Amino acid sequence: MIIGGIDIAVLMASLMVGSVPILLAALGETVVERSGVLNLGVEGMMIIGAVSGFIAAVTFQSPILGFLAGAACGAAFSLIFAFLVLVLQANQVATGLALTLVGIGISSLAGQGFNGIKPPVTGAVPMGPLRDIPFLGPMLFRHDWVVWFGLAMVAVTWWLLNRSRAGLIIRAVGENHEAAHALGYKVNRIRLLCILFGGAMAGIGGAYISLVRVPQWTDNITNGIGWIALAIVVFASWRPGRVLFGAWLFGGLLVLGPNLQAAEYRIPVEYLSMAPYLITIVVLVVMSARKGARMGAPASLGQNFHASR
Amino acid sequence: MKRRNLLAGAAIGLGLSLTSGAAMAQGLDHVKACFIYVGPIGDGGWTYQHHQGALALKEEFGDKVDIAWQESVPEGADAERAITQFALDGCNIIFTTSFGFMDATQAVAAQFPDIKFEHATGFKRDQPNVSTYDARFYEGRAVMGTIAGHMTKSNKIGYIGSYPIPEVIQGINASYIHAKKVNPDATMTVVWAYTWFDPAKEADAAKALIDQGIDVILQHTDSTAPLAEAAKVEGVIGFGQASDMSAYKPAPRVSAIIDNWSPYYIKRVGALLDGSYAQSAAWEGIAGGEVEIGEITEAVPAEVKAAAEKLRDDIAAGTYHPFTGPLNKQDGSEWLADGVVADDAALATMDFYVEGITGDIPK
Repeated sequence: MIIGGIDIAVLMASLMVGSVPILLAALGETVVERSGVLNLGVEGMMIIGAVSGFIAAVTFQSPILGFLAGAACGAAFSLIFAFLVLVLQANQVATGLALTLVGIGISSLAGQGFNGIKPPVTGAVPMGPLRDIPFLGPMLFRHDWVVWFGLAMVAVTWWLLNRSRAGLIIRAVGENHEAAHALGYKVNRIRLLCILFGGAMAGIGGAYISLVRVPQWTDNITNGIGWIALAIVVFASWRPGRVLFGAWLFGGLLVLGPNLQAAEYRIPVEYLSMAPYLITIVVLVVMSARKGARMGAPASLGQNFHASR
Repeated sequence: MKRRNLLAGAAIGLGLSLTSGAAMAQGLDHVKACFIYVGPIGDGGWTYQHHQGALALKEEFGDKVDIAWQESVPEGADAERAITQFALDGCNIIFTTSFGFMDATQAVAAQFPDIKFEHATGFKRDQPNVSTYDARFYEGRAVMGTIAGHMTKSNKIGYIGSYPIPEVIQGINASYIHAKKVNPDATMTVVWAYTWFDPAKEADAAKALIDQGIDVILQHTDSTAPLAEAAKVEGVIGFGQASDMSAYKPAPRVSAIIDNWSPYYIKRVGALLDGSYAQSAAWEGIAGGEVEIGEITEAVPAEVKAAAEKLRDDIAAGTYHPFTGPLNKQDGSEWLADGVVADDAALATMDFYVEGITGDIPK
């Protein structure tokens, strides 16, 4: 189906691929923030995942190992944040920002010598005859497994937060850590696990950038995707379903820009470039303008907890 | 009173410039050359090549030259801070290696009259201590355009532009003119990425072009992402930009425009050392060695390769100029009459497409 010179199936397919890194990182961050921790280091964890995933995939010639390494290193890197914030009670905003800066620096150092190398190809999931269904085939059934993993994680995160006992505890910790503590929950231990989850998800998202979306390593390859993921968590009022919507909206606008240009639409490029950000601002304004409506931010977000208080 | 102050000021200024001029004529024993890069050295393209030039300085002059550099400096207010920092750090000559550093370079140069500033690809030389240097990339683009015109099967050529500045527009026009010359059916679609270096965005742009049935992609952005995207689809080719990008040989990368800044950097720092330094506006091309054509791979048929190499040699020899009339502007009005060659001033301010390219240049 072609509308206005753009093949909608192909556009949808590239939207789904383009939004994967944002989606994964934002889902991880949603869980982290629901537990009351504001980790602004998403960009740093993503780029660590991107470089470690790339190095592992190239060294072992296996994309799967690349993604696993990305997740492991993203999680390990988030431990720095966890240690500073949970143990040393450092300010979360400052620590998160520092994590991003450190991550970009380390990744640049670790990536020396990996410029200009091609990683092993992450192939499409074999879908057999489904591939050739008109319209749906090119749109849905030619993706690699990470796209499906991302969608599955939306469901898993939703179920975890809203339907499981663990989710109830995470939300309790995020809403009122004093009360959760009084109930006997180990606030900082729960937060540690959430931070590690967030790190792993950001790491996989980063690895997706360096292994699939832009299959190569160059310095600063994430280039702000982590910040968009952070914005989407707020945009989605901390709900996994809306995170998917937000990621597709952003991913869609990011791929729509060049597609409109390539189809020779006469829309000024500047508008296309600023559209994702403009829409975020508009949505945030609309959401906060609704009378009496809660934004949905966890009440203890950004506050450190120490049992002695 | 006012006038007297003014005169006194002028006299002091004159004195200063004389003394500094005298010092200059003797040359310096030791030069600290500093570089402001717009991207990371690891970009494998534009900044990488500038850094190769910087390293060549060290190799050429050894202990007489120190180099320093700062990577990924944003174009804008931050650039002024970064340049000022270098000026205060004792740099004798500062190379600002992107078009967007133009105004920042002028502003800092005005405050540090004794330091030499060299701005790449710009045209402002308001301050006597600012020189500009550029390469005639469009000569290389003409060669790429020739290959593109021969190689395209869908007759659709795509071009990923960075910013709508004269340098990029020259490249678009030069490649289109020469593609059209060998393939009258060829069309060109331009996508503006509004970045010099953003692998994800460049990949998106390349993908959008490929989705439109384009099978030859030229890029004026610095990462190898468009080539990586082209590699995913059989039969799509592209070209290395700024650097050889040899990891994508023999296809999709079938040739490349390579920037070689080493000769210029060595010449300028050498002039500073021996005292012959003077303000200049350099614009060298294939002949001067600043623009090189990367190896044309076996993915290109021999006769196409021969045609491209002939064009390259003709340009180098000065017997052919890529912008030779008859050429019309996009709106059909005459730009160059038959046999007339575009002058440098017209090229340096180029802000229009030639006839046949569709779309508008963003303002």
